[in-house]
Formats: sequence, structure tokens, C-alpha cells
Amino acid sequence: MAKTFVSHNNILSNLGFDSETVVENISKGKSGLEKFDDASLLPEPFCASMISSEVIKSEFNKIGDTSKYTKLEQMLILSLKKVVDATDIQLNEKVGLIISTTKGNIDVLEKQSNFPESRAYLSELGKTIQNFFGFKNEAIVLSNACVSGVLAISVAKSFISEGKYDHVFITSGDLVTKFILSGFNSFQALSAEPCKPYDKNRVGINLGEVAASALVTSSEKNLSQEAVAILGDATCNDANHISGPSRTGEGLFRSVKSALKEANLGASQIDYISAHGTATPFNDEMEAIAFNRLGMENVPLNSLKGYFGHTLGASGLLETIVGMHFMKKNILFSSKGFSDLGVSKIITIIKNNTPKNLQIFLKTASGFGGCNTAVIFGKINN
Amino acid sequence: MVSLNGNVLFSEVPITIGAEDFSTFIKNAYKFLKTDYSKFFKMDNLSKLAFLAADVLLKKENLNEEENNIALIFSNKASSLDTDRKHQAAIENDAEYFPSPAVFVYTLPNICLGEISIKHRLYSENSFFIFDRFNAEHLQLYANSLLRSGKAEKVLCGWVDLDENSYDAFLYLVEKEGEIEHKTEEITRLYNIL
Repeated sequence: MAKTFVSHNNILSNLGFDSETVVENISKGKSGLEKFDDASLLPEPFCASMISSEVIKSEFNKIGDTSKYTKLEQMLILSLKKVVDATDIQLNEKVGLIISTTKGNIDVLEKQSNFPESRAYLSELGKTIQNFFGFKNEAIVLSNACVSGVLAISVAKSFISEGKYDHVFITSGDLVTKFILSGFNSFQALSAEPCKPYDKNRVGINLGEVAASALVTSSEKNLSQEAVAILGDATCNDANHISGPSRTGEGLFRSVKSALKEANLGASQIDYISAHGTATPFNDEMEAIAFNRLGMENVPLNSLKGYFGHTLGASGLLETIVGMHFMKKNILFSSKGFSDLGVSKIITIIKNNTPKNLQIFLKTASGFGGCNTAVIFGKINN
Repeated sequence: MVSLNGNVLFSEVPITIGAEDFSTFIKNAYKFLKTDYSKFFKMDNLSKLAFLAADVLLKKENLNEEENNIALIFSNKASSLDTDRKHQAAIENDAEYFPSPAVFVYTLPNICLGEISIKHRLYSENSFFIFDRFNAEHLQLYANSLLRSGKAEKVLCGWVDLDENSYDAFLYLVEKEGEIEHKTEEITRLYNIL
């Protein structure tokens, strides 16, 4: 089968408005997480990474009318524009658009919103982004909980392999809203302090907001320097519980196994795992069990939630982009928030930034509904 | 109304002219179809609709009790907005602030895929897409890709939408052998018959 690549990319976060700046900040150990005490969002203090609406607006003002676009739309457009502009691809009928989000413009349901409730429909969000850029094809909105961002890469690859598109632009994002905060808090899943994935003192997640965008393409021409090939991918359900991960890591185990099979690789050939690591007791334990069952206990692994929080529908794409930049730099970056192993099976968490020749990395994600996605990426050696 | 391959299985005459009340309809359909599954009553409306529609098709498939490889590719317009509005109502006013995890978990459209996977032991792919209207082409392409790559043995595809008083579910099973060709035009034709 023809190869498919993830190429030009952008991250819009409070750690920077382009991937390079964001990765530079991660290399310095900087986190976007901050503590908030804002009763209009949550009755109790919380920790999250958020981008100021004013900063977004002042950026967006340069390219559009801020009164016509919601905060999320402004973020997605700003992020996607940098990727579209970095390529010389004409937006014709062979170019697709995928939007990955869990809740989209859910904040328009709030009584004080300046936008009508119709903007909460995800297909409206799709149309808004599609029309801004003039994509010829209808936007494909993917809303599959916390695996959406990485699943979007699999979906793009499938549409390319079926011959529908030559290039697919993906943009992804979710906001930190009262809706989301109250929901995760009702599960008692939030940590009021910066999260500690895989650590023995971990108590829960932090939410985060970013927009992340990337080009998935079948063309080897004009690839970005950090571009990677998609070697294998799979999504598997736990068939166990809608809000809790499988105790045996069944779906994650199966998805990684299936992705390895497609990539024709063994577990030991993976140089680095960018795992999900939400810092909830159950999720991190489940991952440790699954990676042990896969014989991957010695593969260096990190979670990026300590830098960005859990960015929901964007997380899988965001963390893939960061992984691409790590591979280019040949450095394993530390799993922020981790000091002592707090899962029952041994896994190799990256404690300090360490140089290593990186050729292949695995990105995994798991989410509500019991879904798990694994995608394996390979460096392109010229 | 519930129909399978064009044959009406269950139909209810609405008491008032207009749309059938969803909760009455789904409860009666559940009873009529002899779906004995206690978790059904904890589900939100979208999941009940998707679950029951899938059950009609999958219980004819003689599924393995341990595990099955049937991917689920579902789509709709309203995502989980029916339940989103309920969660929003529970947090809108500070005086009556009472978010519930049992409601919040259903504020994702793919939860219904999880419910179907649990019942039928499907350790396979789930994807949920949102379109303005039924879009057979993308479902068809994605299903083909999963079958071609061998990642799925069969794919259950379709549209499951529920928004205020309107609801509809149209599901179809795709496999390598069968009588009806898996083509966009044919899928759209079948959808439009309903």
C-alpha cells in the first residue's frame, strides 16, 4: 500500500502559537498548567491550561471578524491557517478536511452566550471552518471521545488509501468550559494541583485547551522536516465499561497488537511511547498492565498531560505532533509530574530529557465509551 | 416503527397526531423485541435508540459469546445534544447546581457504541462521525477500508440521530459476501425508503 505521511503541523497553546515554540518550552520543562479560582467555571479551585480569549481575539483580528466566530472557531482557524499556508496544496476536490472535537462549541448552550444554540451543532462548526478556507469537500467531523485526535489520523489515512483524497487537513480542539469542568468534577476525576501521570501520588486529571492541526498526505513532495510515515494503526473497544477502563487493558492491548501487525514490527522495535497518561488512578494502571502484556515495559514512555493537561478531542493529534518533533530532535522528553512509580506493573517512565536515536514511536489514547487507538509512526530518513 | 430488511417488526399508532413520544416508543419497542438487558434503562435516549437498532440486526447474526470482530461506524447530526442540554440545565443556575456523572458520561455520541460493544462483545473499532445529513459515501469508504485491511470481519454502519422530538436510526451490516452490493447509491436509496 502507498505510504501516508503526517507532515506540516501547528499547535496553538498557552505554551506558544506554533509547534516549534511549544516544543522548545517543553524542552525547558515549562508547563501550561495554572491554578484557577473562578466560580463562573467551577465552584472550587482547579488547575488547567487555558488560552486567554483576548489573546486569541487579537491574533484573529488580523485575519477575520472576531464577532462572527466563537473562541473555538478562532482557535481552530488560526491553527489550521498556519498549516494550510505552509503547504502549496490547492484546496480542490482531492483535498479533505477532518475536524476532531468532543464538544465543539458547547459553550453556546450557556445563557449569556452571544451565539445562537445552532452553533452547538458540530456540523455547523464544520461548515464554518470549511467556508473560511474554501474547502471543496464537506468537513468530516469526528467525535469519538478522547481518542478522536489520533483516530482522525487513522481516518485520514483510510480516506487516502481508498482514493477519495490525496491530502487531508485535520484540525482539532476543545475548550475548557463550565460544561466539561463540572462533568469531570462530578466524576471526582479532577486534580486541583498539576497532574502527576503514573506517579504514586497522582489523584486525577487537569483539563487543557489547545488547537492542533496537521496535514496528512500521500505525497512525498514538500514534506515538513519532522514529517513521519504512518506505519500502522488500530482502534479497539474494551467491551467492558462506558466510563471506566478495562482492568486488563484489553482494548489498548489489542489496538497496539493490531497496529504492530500492520506495521510488521515487534514490540522491541518501538523506540518511544507517547502514552495517554491522564493521571487518574484507573487509567494509568490500565496502561501499565496493557504495556506489560505487550512486552513493552522497557520502552521509554511519557505522558504529556503534565504540560498541557487533558486536551480531549485535540490530545491525540497534539501529542502526535509533539512526538514528531521529539523524533526529529532525537531526545526523549521527561514525563512532567512524575517522580515515583505508582502503578502495579513496571513501566519505563522518562524522568529526564535524554538524547536517543529515535526511529519509530507509538502514540496511544483511550477514552470514555471504552475506545482505544494506537498509531505507529516512523521517521523518514532521507 | 421498527423494521428489518423492509419488513415491519413493530409499529405503534401515535395517540396524538405527530411524532411518537420517544420514551413511550422505545419502551414498547424494547418489550416487543424481547430485549432482556437491565443496563438498557440506565442509558440515555441516543444510546437506547442505537442499542435497540443494533440489537435487531446483531441478534440474527449468531454471534460468538466470547468476542466478535464487527466494527461500528455510526453518524448523526445532533451528536449527543439531547443529553448535553440535560447536563447544561443541571449546571446553568448556581442555586440548583447539580451535575451528575450518570448524565455527563452520555454527553459523548460514541458512548452508544460502547454500550453496543459491551452487549455483543465487540472488541473492534468504533468511530462516530457528525454530518449535516446522512452521508453514505464516507461510511461506505471507511467500511471498505476496514474490511480490506482485515481489521474488521464485518462493519455495522449507519445513522442514529435524536434531537428534541425527532429521532431516526438506520443501520446496515456490511460484509464481504451478500446479496446487496455495498454502493453509495444503494445505501442512500435504502435510507430514503424509510
